[in-house]
Amino acid sequence: MELEKLRHGTELIKRGFAKMQKGGVIMDVTTPEQARIAEEAGAVAVMALQAVPADIRKEGGVARMADPRIVSEIIETVTIPVMAKARIGHFVEAEILQALGADMVDESEVLTPADHKYHIDKTQFTVPFVCGARNLGEALRRIKEGAAMIRTKGEAGTGDVSEAVKHMKQIMGEVRALKGMTREEMIAVARDIEAPIELVIETAELQRLPVVNFAAGGVATPADAALMMRLGADGVFVGSGIFKAENPEKMATAIVEAVNNYDNPEVLADISKGIGSGMKGISVDTIPEDMALQTRGW
Amino acid sequence: MRIGVIAIQGDVSEHVDALRRAIDQRGESAEIVTIKHKGIVPECDALVLPGGESTTLARLLVKEGIDNEIKDMSASGRPIMGTCAGLILLAKEGDEQVKKTHQHLLGLMDTKVNRNAFGRQCDSFETELELPFLDTPYNAVFIRAPGIIDAGNNVHVLAKTDDMIVAAEQDNILALAFHPELTLDTRVHQYFLDKLF
Repeated sequence: MELEKLRHGTELIKRGFAKMQKGGVIMDVTTPEQARIAEEAGAVAVMALQAVPADIRKEGGVARMADPRIVSEIIETVTIPVMAKARIGHFVEAEILQALGADMVDESEVLTPADHKYHIDKTQFTVPFVCGARNLGEALRRIKEGAAMIRTKGEAGTGDVSEAVKHMKQIMGEVRALKGMTREEMIAVARDIEAPIELVIETAELQRLPVVNFAAGGVATPADAALMMRLGADGVFVGSGIFKAENPEKMATAIVEAVNNYDNPEVLADISKGIGSGMKGISVDTIPEDMALQTRGW
Repeated sequence: MRIGVIAIQGDVSEHVDALRRAIDQRGESAEIVTIKHKGIVPECDALVLPGGESTTLARLLVKEGIDNEIKDMSASGRPIMGTCAGLILLAKEGDEQVKKTHQHLLGLMDTKVNRNAFGRQCDSFETELELPFLDTPYNAVFIRAPGIIDAGNNVHVLAKTDDMIVAAEQDNILALAFHPELTLDTRVHQYFLDKLF
């Protein structure tokens, strides 16, 4: 086989990678040992970070891409895909993560944005990207820029699932509302939500986002994970919820099983027993508006 | 006819859609069921193991008690197709990467697999693959794909890429390192369905 006949980084390959994650749980980890625990518990991928969102929130200051050494060590430790976060608009951090061998880059509002006007042009990369969204317009703008996967923003590091619920319901509702619309009505919607018309039409036809859509931002328990699946998520990111829990191994295993059994309350009841308490968390209502992470990006 | 698709994790709906397209093209009818729990595999005439993460799939197949049902089904000679992670699960033996995660393989094929034979996601690729049962090449999509590094005499090798076996057959079982469910070309699914109809 001649290598020049292999085509890398196509949209099919990038979106296809995200599809392989469906029905799975992606866990935030900060050390190789945590990554190993996540893999053992059945995570489909890990997100390599310097600090989990709850600690980023507490510490304040500028949050940047993780130390490349941490990312490399985690890549060497596990066999599942390793993702890592780059700052919004920071295409050089993304290039570094791609060079390290990260399997997906999260252009994330959890980190301090590097550009207040432009997101990364993700079409220029071989590595696929996941981006956060609060509504359909935001999701389709990210997809147009090349995102291969969308996740709700929620409110990261809080352990309060309410914002993830709000964003998922918002996106699902806007997709449903497109059903049966005429082309001229869809053009008006595209203008209103500032999204490309061709993606609005594709979404209306598919009756779902054109890429995989995960829940993220505040998922802390098996019940939270199951709730997001019931609302139509393709899978779940769990950030601080695993390693800020009383017993991370048990919490990780339980959340993986909950995602597979999200529609079975009896099984969920069993899964949720004796796993220790979830992360303490903070209620979203008590967070001042200028401290919210979800308003970063547009 | 009832065709089951293991739906614990991975690109399940893509396989369901591909099977539906292929069956419609044949003018046949069949029920396609997605399987997350035990009790359904024994009632299926054929089974598909989708792409996904093999560590997650292996763990939950055992937890849900589906692993033994698949072994029984295979023993009865009913057709099974595994793509990507499915190819790993069907194998008898894994490389160091597979062993260190203690994943429980089904061991239905006399094969040894390399979990990430073609590297990380940036190395994932599409290529035109020659398959002996097709007249023209097939656009095969490899995503963090595994490969078969060793196969017994009873395994029929269908295709290789870089010396790695990427498509193989053993009796009733078809294993593919790539994802025929991600493209609209149904010829590989048709080849699988030929074993059923």
